[in-house]
Amino acid sequence: MLAIARQRMLGQSFKKILPAVSVLRSYSSAAKQITVREALNSALDEEMSADPKVFLMGEEVGEYQGAYKITKGLLEKYGPERVLDTPITEAGFTGIGVGAAYYGLKPVVEFMTFNFSMQAIDHIINSAAKSNYMSAGQISVPIVFRGPNGAAAGVGAQHSQCYAAWYASCPGLKVLSPYNSEDARGLLKAAIRDPDPVVFLENELLYGESFPVSDEVLDSSFCLPIGKAKIEREGKDVTITAFSKMVGYALKAAEMLEKDGIYAEVINLRSIRPLDRSTINASVRKTNRLITVEEGFPQHGVGAEICASVVEESFSYLDAPVERIAGADVPMPYAANLERMAVPQVEDIVRAAKRACYRSVPLAATA
Amino acid sequence: MALSRLASSSSRSADLLKPLCSAISLRRPISTDTTPITVETSVPFTSHQCDTPSRSVQTNAKELFTFFRDMALMRRMEIAADSLYKAKLIRGFCHLYDGQEAVAVGMEAAITKKDCIITAYRDHCTFVSRGGTLLEVFAELMGRQAGCSRGKGGSMHFYKKDSNFYGGHGIVGAQVPLGCGLAFAQKYSKDEAVTFALYGDGAANQGQLFEALNISALWDLPAILVCENNHYGMGTAEWRAAKSPAYYKRGDYAPGLKVDGMDAFAVKQACTFAKEHALKNGPIILEMDTYRYHGHSMSDPGSTYRTRDEITGVRQERDPVERIRKLILSHDLATEKELKVLLTKFIYEAISMEISLDLFMVIDI
Repeated sequence: MLAIARQRMLGQSFKKILPAVSVLRSYSSAAKQITVREALNSALDEEMSADPKVFLMGEEVGEYQGAYKITKGLLEKYGPERVLDTPITEAGFTGIGVGAAYYGLKPVVEFMTFNFSMQAIDHIINSAAKSNYMSAGQISVPIVFRGPNGAAAGVGAQHSQCYAAWYASCPGLKVLSPYNSEDARGLLKAAIRDPDPVVFLENELLYGESFPVSDEVLDSSFCLPIGKAKIEREGKDVTITAFSKMVGYALKAAEMLEKDGIYAEVINLRSIRPLDRSTINASVRKTNRLITVEEGFPQHGVGAEICASVVEESFSYLDAPVERIAGADVPMPYAANLERMAVPQVEDIVRAAKRACYRSVPLAATA
Repeated sequence: MALSRLASSSSRSADLLKPLCSAISLRRPISTDTTPITVETSVPFTSHQCDTPSRSVQTNAKELFTFFRDMALMRRMEIAADSLYKAKLIRGFCHLYDGQEAVAVGMEAAITKKDCIITAYRDHCTFVSRGGTLLEVFAELMGRQAGCSRGKGGSMHFYKKDSNFYGGHGIVGAQVPLGCGLAFAQKYSKDEAVTFALYGDGAANQGQLFEALNISALWDLPAILVCENNHYGMGTAEWRAAKSPAYYKRGDYAPGLKVDGMDAFAVKQACTFAKEHALKNGPIILEMDTYRYHGHSMSDPGSTYRTRDEITGVRQERDPVERIRKLILSHDLATEKELKVLLTKFIYEAISMEISLDLFMVIDI
């Protein structure tokens, strides 16, 4: 895993605990580390403080302090009128959230995982995403739907699906997926401030991961633009696009590839819709090779859209076919060895990058 | 009402009527008389877990004529939409409300524009009662920019946010949780106003309705769920769709009232009662016993699952416009002939704007 220190936070302040083994990405003297969980919590706290129209609703967001502790301390701070525990009725409470947004409030609706959002998907698409268009701009829906997305560990088929591709295909929605703490803070703040419905896809396994953040990121006015990808690592030989947890995998793959003389450019998409086609295409025009990485099902996935975009805009720059790395085309199995085979691994990304660079590649080892 | 705000004497058509109008003198001034009149609702209210409001309703001549004009115009608007659809000037879906006018008009008389209304796809008349103009209705139905949704919504997606009318929804039942959300926002903002979420007998069995009602009751939201029971969910009669078609009782812990939805005064009384209740005690259900003369939509003749005798029977015995007409006549507020002239005048006023407007095709997406 990433060799980055983990640390504990007390309320809003945090102490730095020097670990036995650590690698800090930033070498600035004021480099602080916060977990993705802390980043999300602080973003919610600051946006609720800045705008009284922002409120939270979802299962266990209040008294339980959040199923994954993302909303910890917020009920105590803002009271039960602004942090609302709902019954386990996604269709009902999502509709209520959208209705409140019609009136002008700014709900942040939590799905315990996005698998449960399927119970409410009619409200996300038909009531939220399409209303601004159908009403010719009369009704705006400033709502955020957030929660963990994609595979966790050993939770089985019904709790492991990635919804990025489904939601990102729908006009009227914005779909964001943060990777690190800076992404989590900046994108969640942007989502809450945005006047349109935003689907905010987090990752349960990243919640506890620490990342360095600058003072600028920690400022309460910090915000990232929606629709801009970030080049996490520059390179010249092959472009690797990824989002959420797979960005970490892609970065590790890039380190391994460097040892073999292949310099990969890793793009953290951050925004699935709108997709930052210009950054992706500019990168492909530089490297001439593209690997897309995602956790979700391969057919009609995010990688398919990126491939189509590159073929449409930069076809003559491609020196190799675009390859997409995705989850296996099978409901997520439970057994650990099968689950490992159903989700992309760092080695899969390395092999694909080598194939794109015409290197010979050994067959995939069995799990 | 918006209908009264339309230009009258500027168009030539209205000028032609002037000599006709002035030749007839009415026994009492028709639009301004606010002397109280008491009317009785057709039947008493039935309640579930609450008291019933009184059968005696206070009104006046001004309100009677307003009801008459609004409902008669709505009736003709829907019939005109029928003709336009058959002429292929309206495309897609077209769900007509004729027969149910008393619900829209009675409700509006009981509330203010601070109260919210949200309904399903049978929304033309509700839009008009919230202040929408006939021009906006027909332009939208025909896909023109002058439409209330600039031609991008269509029949099922009329909105008027400045009057707190939130549509116009095509997915059966979805508007009920949305309406409860509006009520939540009203309470959150301390607006002292309520939301009426309208749905049909077909939607009354939707799970999300009960989910939203549960949350509304837990959080004491000022939500009024109004079941417009026209007894047929598309082609399925209520007894085939609901084990318990007593929709006003289906709220269980939430109180309910059964109302004659063909009687505008019963509707008005029930909505006044419900608003007062919801502001203090949380959600309440109103079941409006009403009827639609048309089929479910323009592609449904409406006579395969019900008899023509039933339809004509309701038209003869319970027609809402006819009820008001009879009340006006019985209270000696106008003669039959005067009413006919008045109606023509109202129609010309309402459509006079359309004669002078250019309607452009929508060219952008």
